[in-house]
Amino acid sequence: MRKTISGFLPILIPALSLVVLLAAVFYMQPRAMSYTGLNLLFNLAVPIALATIAQMIIMAVNDLDLSMGTFVSFAACVTAVYMPQQPLVACMILLAAIGVYAVLGIIITLRDLPSIVVTLGMSFVWGGLAVLILPAPGGQAPVWLRALMIAKPPFVPMAIVASVVIAFLAHLIIMRSTFGVLVRGLGGNSRSVARAGWSVLALKGAAYALAAAFAVLAGMALVGLTTSADANIALRYTLLSIAGVILGGGEFVGGRVSPIGAVIGALTLTLAGSFLSFLRISPDWQIGAQGAILIIVLALRLVINRSSQQEKAS
Amino acid sequence: MNRLTMLSRKPWIWSFVAAAAIWLVTILFTGGSSTASLSQATLTFAAFSIIVGLGQMLVITLGPGNVDLSVPATITLSGTVALKLMDGQDGMILVGLLVSIAIGLVIGILNYALIKFLRIPPIIATLSMSFLVQSCAIWYNRGLRVKPPEALASFSTSSTFGLPNTAIIALFLSLGVWWLLDRSLFGRWISAIGQNAFAARMAGIAVDGCRLATYVLCAVLAAICGYLLASFSGGAALNMGAEYLLMSIAVVVIGGSAVAGGNSNVPGIWGASLFMFLVVSMLNTYGFGAGVRLIMTGLIIISVIVAASRPTGSTR
Amino acid sequence: MSQTEAVVSIRQVRVEFGAVKALDGVDFAIGRGEAVGLVGHNGAGKSTIVNVINGGLSPHQGEILYEGRTGSGIATARAHGVRCVFQELSLCPNLTVVENTRLMHSGLSGLGWRRRAAKLIRDSLDTIFPGHGIDCFAVVGSLSIAERQMVEIAINFLGVSEPPKLVILDEPTSSLDAGLAEQLMAHVRRFVAGGGSVLLISHILGEILSTSSRIVVMKDGRVVTSRPAAEFSVRSLVEAMGSVVKETTRAVRATALTAEKVIDLPAVKGAGIPFYARKGEIVGLAGLGGHGQTTTLLHLFAESSSRWLPSTDKQMAFVAGDRALNGTFPLWSILRNLSIGNLAAFARRASIDRDREAAHGEDWKAKMGIRTPDMNNPILSLSGGNQQKVLFARALAGEARIVLMDDPMRGVDIGTKQEVYATLRREAEQGRTFIWYSTEIDEVRLCDRVYVFRDGIIVAELEGDAITEDNILATSFSGEAA
Repeated sequence: MRKTISGFLPILIPALSLVVLLAAVFYMQPRAMSYTGLNLLFNLAVPIALATIAQMIIMAVNDLDLSMGTFVSFAACVTAVYMPQQPLVACMILLAAIGVYAVLGIIITLRDLPSIVVTLGMSFVWGGLAVLILPAPGGQAPVWLRALMIAKPPFVPMAIVASVVIAFLAHLIIMRSTFGVLVRGLGGNSRSVARAGWSVLALKGAAYALAAAFAVLAGMALVGLTTSADANIALRYTLLSIAGVILGGGEFVGGRVSPIGAVIGALTLTLAGSFLSFLRISPDWQIGAQGAILIIVLALRLVINRSSQQEKAS
Repeated sequence: MNRLTMLSRKPWIWSFVAAAAIWLVTILFTGGSSTASLSQATLTFAAFSIIVGLGQMLVITLGPGNVDLSVPATITLSGTVALKLMDGQDGMILVGLLVSIAIGLVIGILNYALIKFLRIPPIIATLSMSFLVQSCAIWYNRGLRVKPPEALASFSTSSTFGLPNTAIIALFLSLGVWWLLDRSLFGRWISAIGQNAFAARMAGIAVDGCRLATYVLCAVLAAICGYLLASFSGGAALNMGAEYLLMSIAVVVIGGSAVAGGNSNVPGIWGASLFMFLVVSMLNTYGFGAGVRLIMTGLIIISVIVAASRPTGSTR
Repeated sequence: MSQTEAVVSIRQVRVEFGAVKALDGVDFAIGRGEAVGLVGHNGAGKSTIVNVINGGLSPHQGEILYEGRTGSGIATARAHGVRCVFQELSLCPNLTVVENTRLMHSGLSGLGWRRRAAKLIRDSLDTIFPGHGIDCFAVVGSLSIAERQMVEIAINFLGVSEPPKLVILDEPTSSLDAGLAEQLMAHVRRFVAGGGSVLLISHILGEILSTSSRIVVMKDGRVVTSRPAAEFSVRSLVEAMGSVVKETTRAVRATALTAEKVIDLPAVKGAGIPFYARKGEIVGLAGLGGHGQTTTLLHLFAESSSRWLPSTDKQMAFVAGDRALNGTFPLWSILRNLSIGNLAAFARRASIDRDREAAHGEDWKAKMGIRTPDMNNPILSLSGGNQQKVLFARALAGEARIVLMDDPMRGVDIGTKQEVYATLRREAEQGRTFIWYSTEIDEVRLCDRVYVFRDGIIVAELEGDAITEDNILATSFSGEAA
C-alpha cells in the first residue's frame, strides 16, 4: 500500500498546490467561483499546457528545448497568416517544421550535441522566420479555431475541458503506449533500450517530432484565443514550459515525467498570476513570485525525496 | 609560414576571419565612406557583449549543464540600482560602481547556493534567480528614468586615442580574465573541472569553491556591464539586459570555446562579439530585415557547434 | 557432447584488449539441460566470455555457434533464446516493472500488452520467488536493490511465445539474502530439469557447487578445468583457480612494524576488521572486483581534502585505475595532466611559472620513463601504460605522504609494471605510505600487508608470508551459501 502512495507522490504535490492556490483565490474573490470566473482564470492555460507537454517530451529523453517560446510564436504566426485563407500552405509549413524537429533530434543524438545550444541556435531561426512571415502584429484566427477556443460547453468552461483532454491524451501517449515506454526508457537507461534491440536514433527523432506537434498545437490554440499573432507572442513559453514540467513533478534527467502533472503545473502557473494580483501583491513582484514558487517547490521536493529515501533505507 | 599554420589551429581565429570579412564587405558596399563610423560603433557595442560573454564563458568552462541565465536580470538590476543611487551626482560614481559589484557578488553567491544546497540544475537555479532579480529591479525602478552622472555619461560615450572608452574597459577586463584563465591556478582548476569533475576532485581541487567563485565572477561581470550600459544609454531600462541572454551564450560558442566545457579562450569572445555586431550592420546596410539577421545568427551558431562536434582528433 | 546438442558453443575464441589477452583460444559449450558454473579470479575472462556469448562482443578470432549455426550480434543471440542478467543492473529505474518487461520483450506488442506483460512477469516472479510481495505496477526506482535484482532475473526467465533456452546469470545473488538466493538456485535447478540451460557466475562457491551440473574453471583467459560438479569441493575449487606456477619468493622487506599509524579506522558496519596503515607501508586491498575496495579509497580521499577551500598541504594523492572516469583530463597536454597534482609549487602569487612547470615535467619524464618526444603533446597520444605513468608521477610529485591506488595497473604492459613497482618500493623506503587496491594476485603479493574485501567489508588481514594466492582466494570466495 505504501508503494502505491509513493507512486502517486509526484502528482500529489502539484495537485495539492493547485487546489490550495485555487482555494485561496476563491477565498479572496468569491466571484471567481463561477463559470465565467473560472473561464477567465484559466483562459490562457490551454496553449501553456500544450507547450508544457511538448517540453516534457523533450525532457523525457534528457534534453531541453530552449527554442520552445520562439517555436510556438512561429507556429502562431503561420496559423494567423496562412490558416484562414490558405490552410493547405499552413499545414505544409507546420508539417515541415515538425520534420525539422525530427532531424534535430537525430542530429543531436548522432553527433552527441548539447541540446541546449542547438535549440538556442534554433530559437534564433524560428524567431527570424516568424518575423519574416509576420513583420508587424496582425493576422487573424481561422473561424473554426476561434469557435473551438471560445466554445462554451455546459457546466465546465472550455479551458478546463481542453486541459483535461490534453492531459488525458498525453497520458495515453507517454504513459500508456509502447512508444511512450520506450521514450521514457531512453531517458532512464538508453543503454538497456539499445540492448533490447530498439533503435535509439529513430526513437529520439520521433520524440522530437511528437514534441513539435504539441508545440504547433500550442501556437494554434494561442491564435484561437488572441485572434491575432506577432513574432514575440509566446517568448515566455520557453521558461513557462520548463517551469510547468518541474512544478508538475517532472525531472531534468532520468526520464521521470508526468503528463498529468505537467498540465497541472501549467494550470498552477496560469493561476499563480491571477492569485498574485488578487493578493494585491504589486505587479512588480509577479515575476519574482514565480521564481520564488519554483524554488520553494524544488526545495520541497528535495526534502520529500530525502525523507522517502531514508524510509527506503531503514 | 609555421607561425601561420599554428595560428590557423587556434579555434578563435575563425571568428576574427569572419568578422574581418564582413567588415570588409560592409565597407565596400558603402564605398568606404563608413569605415570610421562603422568601426567605432562596432567596438562600442561589441564591448558590452564582450564583458557579459567573458563571465558566461567562465561558467560554461565548468562543464556540461553549467550556464548562467540570470545575466540579463543582473544587468538590469545593477544598472537600475546604480543609476538611482548615483542620482546624477558625479561624486557618487565610485559608490555606484561598488554597489553594482556588490549586487553581482550577492547574486552569484545566491545562484551557487541554489545549485549546491537545493541541488537545482544550474539552468533552472539561475533562471529562478533571474525572476527574483528582475522583480527587484522592477520594484526598485518604479518606472523612473534617472539620468546617469554627467561625467560618467560623457566618459562612456566618448573615446580615448580613437578607441571607445567602453572598448578600453572591455579590453582591461579581458586581459584580467585572460590572465585568470591562462596563467593562474584558478584557470587550471576550472579547466580541469570542466573536463572531468570527478578527476578534478581526485586531483585534490576544491571543486565547490572554484565553482562558487566562477558563478560569482560571472555575475560581477554582468553587473559591471549593466552599470556601463545604463551610463552609456543615458538611463536604465527594464528590458536592457534581455538581448544579452542568448548573445552571451552565442559569443562563447562562436568564439570557439568548447560547449562541453574545459577549453575556453578570451580572444574568441572578441572575434565573436565583433562578428555578431557586424552581421547585424551588414544586413542592415544591405537592407535585410531583422528576420534574416536572426535566421543567419541561428544558422551560424548551429553550424559552428556541428562543425566543432567532429570526432576530436589527436591534435587540436 | 556433440555440437548440435549445444545451445551455444564457442570454438577457439580469442579476444584481446590492447596488450591484454582476455580470452586466449577458448573452447566452451553449454548443452541443453545443463547448468554450468563458471569460476575464476579477477581477469580470468569470465565477463568477456559472457559478452561473447550474448553477442555484445565479437571475438577477434574463432567462431560462435548458436544451436549449431554460426552467428553473431545481440539480435541473433536473443533470437536463439539467450538471455543475460548483467552484473550491473540494467533496468530503466524510471519505468514500472511491467514497462520494463515490455521494453525487454519486443514480442509483447499490440493492444492490451500491459495486461499480458503483468500476468507474465507476475507468474514469473511467483514461480521463482514465491511470496516476493513485489507490486508489478511499482516504479523500479522505488524498489530495493534486492527487489530490482529479483525483477531483472524474473524478466529474463520469462518467455513471451517460448521460454528462453539459455539464461546467463552474472553474480545474480550479489544483492539477495540467503533465503532469496536459495529460491533462485532452486528455480535454476527446476529450469534445468525442464530442459533449459543456465550459465552461472558467482563468488559464492556453495551456490556453484550445489547448483551446477558442471563447473568450468578459468584462469588468464583460458579454461583450465571443466568437470562435473560432483568432483569438486570448496577446497579443490580454490586450488583449481590458483596459479599453476610455483610461487616465487617474496622480496621480504624489513617493515617498520613500529612506525606510527597514519590511518586508523574502526571496522565498517560493526562487522569485519578494522583498517590501519603505518608510515612507509604498502598496504594491499584484495578480493574480487567491486566488493568495496574502490569505495574505501574514495572515502579515505574525501575525508582528507576540502571541497571548498584550496588545500595548502595535501595529505593524500590518488592514482586512478579507470583513467577516463577519474584520472585523465582529455583536452590537456601530458605536462598539464602531470603538473595539476602539484601546481601550487610552481605558482607565484597564484600565477603559474611556466618555465618551472616545464622543468618539472622534464624531470618526471626522465624519472618515470614517460615515452614521448614532447611533454606538450596531448595526453591521449600516449599509450595506456604511459598515461598511467603520468598519473603515478602526478601523485608522487606532490607532497602527499599517503598515496591511494585504485587498481592502476589494469591493462598495463609488463615492462611498465616492473618500472612502477621499483618506484613504489623506493618511495615506500623513504616513508611514503601506499594503499594499493589491485585485482592481480602478483601485485597483491608485493604488499607488506593485505586486507581482503568481500561484500563491502574487510573479511581478512594477511601479513608477511601469509599473503599467498591460496589464502586470498579462499577468503575472497565465500564457502557457504551466503
